Amino acid sequence: MTQPNKTPTEKTPTELDDAQLNRFSRQILLSDIDYAGQLKLAQSHALVIGLGGLGSPAALYLAAAGLGQLTLVDFDQVDDSNLQRQIIHNEQRIGQNKAESAAHTLAQLNHFCQTHVISHQLENEALDALIQQVDIVLDCSDNFETRYALNQACLKARKPLVSGAAIRWEGQLTTYDFRHDDSPCYECLYKPGTSNDQSCSRNGVVSPLVGMVGSMQAMEAIKALIGLPTLVGKLLLIDGLTMQFRQFNLKQDPHCIQCQKK
Amino acid sequence: MILLINDKPNETNAANLAGLVAELNIEGAFALALNENFIPKNQYAETPITENDRIEIVAPMQGG
Repeated sequence: MTQPNKTPTEKTPTELDDAQLNRFSRQILLSDIDYAGQLKLAQSHALVIGLGGLGSPAALYLAAAGLGQLTLVDFDQVDDSNLQRQIIHNEQRIGQNKAESAAHTLAQLNHFCQTHVISHQLENEALDALIQQVDIVLDCSDNFETRYALNQACLKARKPLVSGAAIRWEGQLTTYDFRHDDSPCYECLYKPGTSNDQSCSRNGVVSPLVGMVGSMQAMEAIKALIGLPTLVGKLLLIDGLTMQFRQFNLKQDPHCIQCQKK
Repeated sequence: MILLINDKPNETNAANLAGLVAELNIEGAFALALNENFIPKNQYAETPITENDRIEIVAPMQGG
């Protein structure tokens, strides 16, 4: 683990060693991933914003799958009421910072994965600088302010953003891939303004729902990094109660203020 | 005419999405899909609706 302000200095790996070939053999077996895809993951750096319900499975799967570097951002502490769904933490970690707790868990899961912990809130400039250093961003946050800020920062830096949200029995998932000029953005879908309080603390959330959405965020991130098709241009609505998964087409809004800044 | 709004049949007198949104009096932020395609807000007035159209009204979620 490195400290928050330290810039990653590790050299980008140019090949996978025998231990990595063994560890990731089940993924390398997949023709869509293969050695080249696995090496790409080892060379990749993902930024996970929020180590709560979504960030827990997302970070666990990204680390397990062989991501080279993960930067984990959360200023909150582990609370007893989080453990119902935030499975990267445990009872011994109550009171500890969530990003630190997550990094401890990941270190035991995959020593090939280098983690960086940021345990304070990021201002815009710091967020921009951080996003410049990574290949992909996962929005696992729990508030609209962060969602809009990440959208703007990723759009500016032209980095892919995997956006997930979950409350009650329902989830929403898509990838905004700003490497492509025609990708829609979060504000093409939702204009900022008066929003209802759609948070887990107010509305409740069933435990495995965040596992479903967070795992799918990791899936989207892996595909985006390797160059496989993602949900870009489609919003997936997940209903854990009926188990209906539905996709809706989302195009760039020609009048979107954020997209016009490009 | 009858529309399917979030999977439930609904009677409406509106001729386009702007009229429908006014009729439904939706509170807070939302996005609206017509037959599985999200429509930007400034296109509501020029987007006609017809019998049996499928409307999905989706609210943003902050939960994570």
